[in-house]
Amino acid sequence: MSDQALRTPFSERAGAALRDTSLQQALTLATTKFIGLRKEAFATYPQGERARDQARAIKEATLQRLDHYLNMLADNVERLGGHVHWATTGEEACETILRICRECRVKTVVKSKSMATEEIELNEALEHAGVTPIETDLGEYIIQLAREKPSHIIAPAIHKTRGQVADLFSRVLKGQFPADPEVLTAVARKELRQKFLQADMGITGANFAVADTGTIVLVTNEGNGRMVTSLPRIHVAVMGIDKVIPSMTDLMFFLGILARSATGQKISVYTTLVRGPRQPGELEGPDEFHLILMDNGRARQIASELREALYCLRCGACLNVCPVYRQIGGHAYGYTYPGPIGILLTAMLKGDRAVKDLAHASSLCGACQEVCPVRIDIPRMLIELRQRLDRERIAPLAERVLFKTFAQVLTTPALFRLAATLGRLAQRPFVRGGRLQNLPLVFARWTKGRDLPPVAARTFSERWRELR
Amino acid sequence: MTGPIRASLMVTCLGDLFFPEVGVAIVRLLRRLGVTVNFPPNQTCCGLPLFNSGYHREAARVARRTIPLFGASEHVVVPSGSCAWMVKKEYPGLFRDDPELAREAEALARRTYELSQFLVKVLGASRVGTSFKGKVTYHDSCHLLRGLGESQSPRTLLGNLEGVQLVELPGADECCGFGGSFSVRLPDVSTSILAKKIANVEKSGAECVVACDAGCLLQMAGGLSRKGSRVRALHLAQVLAGPDEP
Repeated sequence: MSDQALRTPFSERAGAALRDTSLQQALTLATTKFIGLRKEAFATYPQGERARDQARAIKEATLQRLDHYLNMLADNVERLGGHVHWATTGEEACETILRICRECRVKTVVKSKSMATEEIELNEALEHAGVTPIETDLGEYIIQLAREKPSHIIAPAIHKTRGQVADLFSRVLKGQFPADPEVLTAVARKELRQKFLQADMGITGANFAVADTGTIVLVTNEGNGRMVTSLPRIHVAVMGIDKVIPSMTDLMFFLGILARSATGQKISVYTTLVRGPRQPGELEGPDEFHLILMDNGRARQIASELREALYCLRCGACLNVCPVYRQIGGHAYGYTYPGPIGILLTAMLKGDRAVKDLAHASSLCGACQEVCPVRIDIPRMLIELRQRLDRERIAPLAERVLFKTFAQVLTTPALFRLAATLGRLAQRPFVRGGRLQNLPLVFARWTKGRDLPPVAARTFSERWRELR
Repeated sequence: MTGPIRASLMVTCLGDLFFPEVGVAIVRLLRRLGVTVNFPPNQTCCGLPLFNSGYHREAARVARRTIPLFGASEHVVVPSGSCAWMVKKEYPGLFRDDPELAREAEALARRTYELSQFLVKVLGASRVGTSFKGKVTYHDSCHLLRGLGESQSPRTLLGNLEGVQLVELPGADECCGFGGSFSVRLPDVSTSILAKKIANVEKSGAECVVACDAGCLLQMAGGLSRKGSRVRALHLAQVLAGPDEP
């Protein structure tokens, strides 16, 4: 989201999303479907729970020796003839890619879906340098045509109804297309085929990178990822350093749970394993292969409260079940990664100040943790994050004073009783038919949308005497 | 020697101020089941609202006061899953730097039970022997369900109750949108989550939605009443307690 859009307070961005009826329709439909598919997939996968534990343990162990596995990965990629580039920041990653573009005279780039490249705003950087990036994942293609950002980690155009996509295609691609997903997909395929053939470079992310074989793993459903890695003469893969795993054996645990968590599939339609550039005797594959190992704020979190967020597989399951995400969608969050895990990743990548309000965009219901394939304790980390906001004095002064006063009341029974008495007095003018409907000041935040029972005429503590 | 089972009621701040009738129902119900009930005075709140907003030092101050209040209690019964979760799962961690208090917190955590769990798992009373007339449905409070892993006890208790027709609530395990301070920090999001819950409650055809958490009750009752719905939101204890003794 642009800086200007981010100046609108989060609560207003959320409010706008709540009033957007087609967004509401699209979100309910898609998230409900994803939830059902995931549930069904794990119900028929008895090894699932163990695989989740195993996958979590692998992530834990890998982070313990992250430098070791990254070096192993880099060595193996280079041994296969690939080039490895280390990038501390997103800008560095973009610069590296632009340099390769300049050196190899790249005019057109085809991309498969990658959150890492969204994170570093690579498309903007490429366009700025006169290189044309073309998204080839259908959802990404849709939002690129609409000049928007993804609103879901795996379903970037989840906020759009099929009718909106038909209108978009008709307008931009100059035709008359019906709101029929099959027709629209065929239209996109035809448009994209030409682009694939023109492209000088293919850019992908990486779902996993296997250290001991130097393999980049891409999990996709449309086959575009495979074409991106094999048709153009150069392949660049951009990955966060959290994506490395030790071995192919480890990979099996992840593949079993990733697609099930994301889309309810046993395995995605395409699982593409890429090892370096085209080897002697091979018929397909690029002349050059580049791997960008990007930190961009990750490494410093290894020892922080947010450490577990580095286990994230980017499956999107926590978004689908999050009551907040299901109401407001991804754009309202304002950053690349939406939903409960997105709040943590945003804190990681953009700093705590960026999540001053977002840290509270959760009822802490725990549904996210329950579905997370690697059981990331997202609610706990949101609470930790809130604690940091107080400690770093990022939380508003008024809030901090309020909560500290509140603590004083809760530790002083006489004050607690006084608060009850004051509440009873103050509510008097507002009680109608045994309920409060129209409270002023901050209390209006409750009564705007629901009633409140009045403070009881006699609290339980006061009634206890006659109950003994 | 086996005397009667003794339990202390931790009524919670919302229970004390907004739902005293729930506390009364719990006392009546437990006494009916032969439990000796006491109510340690000067209770306020478990500190969960402070904890969840990230004010852990302040939450620890509240906990430090609460722990000795129940120091002599054989069992502590809590009407809300979220407050029970706070005491059972979070109190000990608040005292990482104070081993003695941490031990006391752990001891309290072991003796503390959410009401439905106390009835079924400690008393073994999955039939409480009262009756309630009508079609009821059950909403899973997030902290009881996912925090304490409990979905069965309340349903068993309701299902065994004479006169009750228990129907399953569509999306029973989905949050009602309360979330403590979340409900006033993002009131519009909170109430739109609530609207979904209310729609599901009405879809269930029940006359009464039952929950084991004062937070969810505040939220759901508020939404139902604003909508002018005839469905009532009741605490489990109010359904189980039966009519007042003559």
